Amino acid sequence: MKQEFNITIFSENYIGLLNRITINFTRRKINIESLTVSASAIQGVSKFIIVVNETEDKVRKLVGQLDKIVDVLKAFYNTNEEIIYEEIALYKVPTDALYESDQIEKMVRKAGARIMEITREYTVIEKTGHKEETQALFEELNQFGVMQFVRSGRIAITRDPIERLSEFLKERDALLGSID
Amino acid sequence: MATKKVTGSQAVILSLLEEGVDTIFGYPGGAIMPIYDALYDFDQQVTHILTRHEQGAVHAAEGYAKVTGRAGVCFATSGPGATNLITGIADAMIDSIPLVCITGQVASPLLGTDAFQESDVVGISMPITKWNYQITDADEIPEAIAKAFYIATTGRPGPVLLDIAKDAQFQELDFEYKKCTKIRSYIRDYQIDPFSVKAAADLIDAAKKPFLLFGQGVIIANAEAELKTFIEKTGIPAAWTLLGLSALPSDHPLNVGMLGMHGNYGPNVKTNEADLIIAVGMRFDDRVTGKVSAYAKNAKIIHLEIDPAEIGKIVKTDVAVLGNAKKSLAMLIDNVKENKHESWLQEFRECDKIEYKKVISKDIYPEKGGLTMGEAVRIASEKTNNEAILVTDVGQHQMVAARYFKFKHSKSIVTSGGLGTMGYGIPAAMGAQLGAKNRTVVAFVGDGGFQMTLQELGTIVQNKLPVKIVLLNNNFLGMVRQWQQLFFEKRYSFTELQNPDFIMITNGFGMAAHKVTKREELEAGIQKMLDHNGPYLLEVVVEKEDNVFPMVPSGASVSDVILEA
Repeated sequence: MKQEFNITIFSENYIGLLNRITINFTRRKINIESLTVSASAIQGVSKFIIVVNETEDKVRKLVGQLDKIVDVLKAFYNTNEEIIYEEIALYKVPTDALYESDQIEKMVRKAGARIMEITREYTVIEKTGHKEETQALFEELNQFGVMQFVRSGRIAITRDPIERLSEFLKERDALLGSID
Repeated sequence: MATKKVTGSQAVILSLLEEGVDTIFGYPGGAIMPIYDALYDFDQQVTHILTRHEQGAVHAAEGYAKVTGRAGVCFATSGPGATNLITGIADAMIDSIPLVCITGQVASPLLGTDAFQESDVVGISMPITKWNYQITDADEIPEAIAKAFYIATTGRPGPVLLDIAKDAQFQELDFEYKKCTKIRSYIRDYQIDPFSVKAAADLIDAAKKPFLLFGQGVIIANAEAELKTFIEKTGIPAAWTLLGLSALPSDHPLNVGMLGMHGNYGPNVKTNEADLIIAVGMRFDDRVTGKVSAYAKNAKIIHLEIDPAEIGKIVKTDVAVLGNAKKSLAMLIDNVKENKHESWLQEFRECDKIEYKKVISKDIYPEKGGLTMGEAVRIASEKTNNEAILVTDVGQHQMVAARYFKFKHSKSIVTSGGLGTMGYGIPAAMGAQLGAKNRTVVAFVGDGGFQMTLQELGTIVQNKLPVKIVLLNNNFLGMVRQWQQLFFEKRYSFTELQNPDFIMITNGFGMAAHKVTKREELEAGIQKMLDHNGPYLLEVVVEKEDNVFPMVPSGASVSDVILEA
């Protein structure tokens, strides 16, 4: 059965590595629903979070291939239940609509969103949350005509107390030291 | 080590020498000219083989790697030179062959401008290399080359590609070479888990019908002796995959033959009767498993494998032993009890009798009809005392050669398995000959594949490589024709060839050649080829519409292997 999986990859920060990672998805015809790449807590190490909607069997084999890439330190996957995750969305609405009624203000308060910038022409609203939540706010705001909308890829953190990577790097050093 | 000022190009050659490279296959061109210029000064230390096409260079490097166990090295220029390597790199990737391919690239300020002979070879080769890297600064050269050899040859081997911009080839650097010994993001070997070894040993000791399948992993790990000791201690029948050929002597009493679509009858049928499969250094390719849902259903599966991504990829594994086969087999030997499986082994031998009667005798000792591929292979094997290196192209002749050629020594098979690359045979044979100068190299090729890379006859002649080529000519793309006959109602769509005069062509390259069409000429023809001092081509005109059997039809279970149409 297909479901959402979050693939986390820790890698060296090298040119072309994103391509080397994504071709593994392309080759198996697996769509990437969301992709975030940025510097991790450890200097020089990048962290990818990739969301796919697939069967666990396919994801397990895919992650096996990703883990094998020479410049990948570690790849693993989690279900949504195993992680805490968020996305961020920005909405641009006409400032007139804000003046005409208090509805937008109510929506923003209810959704726990915040207003980032108000100009004569437009107002920018920001909300973090799961996709369903940012989508719900979009639909509400769109009654007033959302001028622009953008949503980020997912960021996620495991429910483990520590970053797995630091433990992993220690283990890896021990392993590399032990192999003659 | 003291540093010295050299150019990037000199650093490339010096680095290759540091890695012990003695042979390079390549083809020059604009963007790699500085490296070729540097090479000019090193002709005493390294042999460069100028092929006639870059595809020839890369397949030759594969052949060299296969027989030596070391990385094959090839050079090509940017653009078309680099793209001509692609088929060989893909072949090396799927067959785990260590290659270091070095391509020239346009100067770094021109990258991405559609400059003359620019192609994004790093992008193109990404899915088919174990690792690749573009060098735009000469300072990176020694480290990148050290990394390239380390990655290509360790763990599960594979091809790597280094793309070196022309300006980096001219730049100067302070040269200092340090071999790569570790990369933090890469594991080349695993500590073998003693618990999994124990679990495997328990299954092995308890099994009534255990069956061992071994592949190229045994050869790569130099684990031939351990394999032999293991099967002798446990009495377990063992079958090889196409790429596992020669890892055990053909005449070993526990060697029951070849697995797979055109493998032997016993190994296929008995796979589905075994209660335990021990897979060593093989990856359950679809040509081996047939229909996976009907594969080895009565068996528990133990998998000894160095690549964790292969474990559980195709079949569900009961016990996985992750690591180098030499070490894991050695540990298993210490943990298993001595045993014998005489009646189980006898069941394989009964299958052999059936196969011999229905297929083999007609293939290798035919009495009537046209010449067969099988008899040519048998005679060549016998006359080389089963000690030659077998090289094949791809198709019917490949399967026949794999079935009937016999082996005494390991690293004696050079064939394109996973990718099935037609045109592989001739260039791979010359690479094999360079890697094993004192051995006889016999290459079997078909008339189809031969015409894909026959320009390399020129390279063979120029370098006086005494390769013995047996061209099995049936005037057809035989394997495709066989499928058309069996599965497409004999609709022979574009498989019949109008062939040239192969003897005249070969002679035109300055190579001796001879053609046989009759049974009574065959043995003398093969003897003459082997006795000839230098390269030789023997064309054997064989029956046009022979089929290769046994056969596991596509999509069928291994136990549904057929012996005749």
